[in-house]
Amino acid sequence: MDFIYTIIPPRIMSQIFVGLSRTVILFIVASGLSLILGVLRIPNIWHGSLYMVGAFMTFTISTAFGGGSIGFWMALIIAPLGVAFVSLIAERGFFQHLYEREHLMLLLLTFAFSLVFGDLVKMVWGMEYKSVPVPRVFQGSVHLFGGQPFPLYNLFLLVIGPVVALALWFFVNKTKIGKISRAAAVDREMVGAVGINVSWVFGIVFAIGCLLAGLGGALVAPTVNVSLGMDHTLIMEAFLIVIIGGLGNIWGALLGALIFGLAQSLGILIWPQFGIVFPYAAVIVVLLLRPTGLLKSTW
Amino acid sequence: MLKGTLGGMGRIGGGAVLILLFLLPLFLPRFYIYLGSTILLTGLVATSLNLPLGYGGIFQFHHAVFYGVGAYAAALIITKSGLSPWMGFVIGPLTAACLSLIMGLICIRLSKLYFGMLQISLGSLVWIIVYRWYSFTGGDNGIHGIPLPRVISSQNGAYYFTLFVTLISLWVMYKIIKSPFGSALQGIRDNPVRSAMIGINVKLHQLVVLIVGGFFAGVAGSLFVVVDTAVFPDMLFWTLSLEILVMCLLGGWFTFLGPMLGAAIIICLRTFVSGVTDYWTLPLGILMMFVIFFLPNGILGYIEEKLHRGLIEPTIKES
Repeated sequence: MDFIYTIIPPRIMSQIFVGLSRTVILFIVASGLSLILGVLRIPNIWHGSLYMVGAFMTFTISTAFGGGSIGFWMALIIAPLGVAFVSLIAERGFFQHLYEREHLMLLLLTFAFSLVFGDLVKMVWGMEYKSVPVPRVFQGSVHLFGGQPFPLYNLFLLVIGPVVALALWFFVNKTKIGKISRAAAVDREMVGAVGINVSWVFGIVFAIGCLLAGLGGALVAPTVNVSLGMDHTLIMEAFLIVIIGGLGNIWGALLGALIFGLAQSLGILIWPQFGIVFPYAAVIVVLLLRPTGLLKSTW
Repeated sequence: MLKGTLGGMGRIGGGAVLILLFLLPLFLPRFYIYLGSTILLTGLVATSLNLPLGYGGIFQFHHAVFYGVGAYAAALIITKSGLSPWMGFVIGPLTAACLSLIMGLICIRLSKLYFGMLQISLGSLVWIIVYRWYSFTGGDNGIHGIPLPRVISSQNGAYYFTLFVTLISLWVMYKIIKSPFGSALQGIRDNPVRSAMIGINVKLHQLVVLIVGGFFAGVAGSLFVVVDTAVFPDMLFWTLSLEILVMCLLGGWFTFLGPMLGAAIIICLRTFVSGVTDYWTLPLGILMMFVIFFLPNGILGYIEEKLHRGLIEPTIKES
C-alpha cells in the first residue's frame, strides 16, 4: 500500500475520500432527479425541498426515538417513505394534469411546490439549525491514510452509494414497472395502447424518484447542520450533475456526481477561497466538449 | 399590444396612466414612491426577460444574472473607479450585454431545456464568483451606501429617473418587437424549421434577442442601484430568475405589457403580505399554482382572449 502514498500524498488521498462520500449524497439525489426527468420529463425543482424535508424528518424521528441509534435507523426507513408518500399525492393531485403542457409550466409548478414547502418547513420546524447525532456504531473515525482520520460514518456512506446504485439498476432493468417506465419514456401513447395504465406507472416512478431525494436528505442529516435553505444549492448541483451525465441516464448521474464531488473536494486544496468554483467550471468544460452530456440521454 | 387591441380607449387610458405616474410623487408618501420605483424597475427586468422568453421562445432560465451583473458593474464603477457616476449607468448595461453575448454564444448551440440548464450553470458560476470575491464585490454583504449624483439622490429624483429610463426602454423594446426583426423572431418561435427554410438566420436572431434582453436587464440593474443605493449577491441567485419568470407568466407572457403588470402585482402582494406575516413564499407558490392551472396565458392574455379580436398569439408548442 505504501507505494501509493509516494504517488498521491495522504492529504490528497483523504480529500479524495471526502469527495467520494459527498459524491454518494449527490448521486442519490441526482439519480432520483434523473429518473423523473428521463421518464416523466419533469425538471423537478421541488426535489431539493424534498431532500430538505427528508433531513428534517430524520431529525424529528430520531429525537422521537430518544436520539439513539434505533431512532436513526428508523428515520432512515420512515423519512424516505414519508417523502415518497407526499410526492405521490402531489403527483396524483397536480402534476398528472400538466403532462400535455410544455416543460416550462411543469418547471414552474415544481418551483411553486418548492416555494410552498420552503415555508411549510419553516412553519413546522422553525428557523433554527437542527443536528442529528451520528448513530453509535459509526461514531469515531479510522486512521486510513498515513494517519489522516476519516469518519466511520463516511465509510458507511461509501458502502450505501453502490448499494443504492445497484438497487436502482435492478428497479429500472429487471422489474416490470421499471421496464414499463423505460418503454413509456420512449413512447407513452404506444405503451398506453397495449393496455397498460401509464398514468399510475408515472405516479410510482415519480414517488420512487422523490424517495431517493428523501433518502439523500436522511443520509446527509448526521453530517451537516440541518437548516432552511439547504435545498437551494443542492438542487442546482443535482441538476448540473444530471445534465453533464446525460438527462435520464442513471449511470450518467453517477459519473456526474463523481466529477462534481471530486472537483469540489480537490478544488478546495488548490484554491481554498474559490474551491467551490471548480465543480461549476468542470460542468462548463464538460458541456463545451459534449453539449448533451457524457453518456447517452434517454430523450 | 393591449393598446392596439383597445384602440382609442386604450390610448386615452395609457395617456392617463402616464400623467398619473408623473404626478404620483406630488401626493404619495415616501414609502409608496419607493415602491413605485421598485415596481417600474422590476417590471423592466420582467419585460426584458419576455423578449427572449415570450417573443423568442428561448428558455431563458437565469435572467437575474444580467440584472445583477448590470447592478454590480454600475455600483463598482461608481464606488471603485474615478469615472463619473453617470458612466456607471452606461457601463452597467453594456457589461450585462457583453455577459449575455458570451453566455449566449456558449448556450445557443443547445435548445429548450438544455439551453436553460446550461444557462443556470453558467449563471451560478457568476453568482459564486460575486458571492466569494470579498475584496472586489463585498461578498455576501454586497455594496452599501453607493454615492449618487445629486440630481437623482433624492427619493423623487430617483423615481423620475427610473420612470424616464423605464419608459424609454419600454418604447425601444416595443419598437424592436414591432420591427421586421421582431416579426422574424416570432416566426422562429412558432416554427424554427420553416423560418430557417425561408432564409432567416435562426441562431443569429436568437443571439441578438438574448443580447438585447441582457442589455435591458442591465439597465434595470443600474436603476436598482439608483433606487436602493445598494447591491447584494441575491440579485444573481436563480430563485430570483424564476420569480421574474413568474411575473411574466402572471401578467401574460405573449403580451407586451403583461410582465410589467405581473411585476406590479407580485411586488404589491409581497409588500402587503410581508407586512402581515413572515411567510411570503407560501402565498406566492399558491398564486403560481393558480396561474399555471387556470390562467396559463396570464391576466392580459386572458383579457385579450375575451376581447376576441383575433390578436391572440399562439402558445408555444413543444416539438
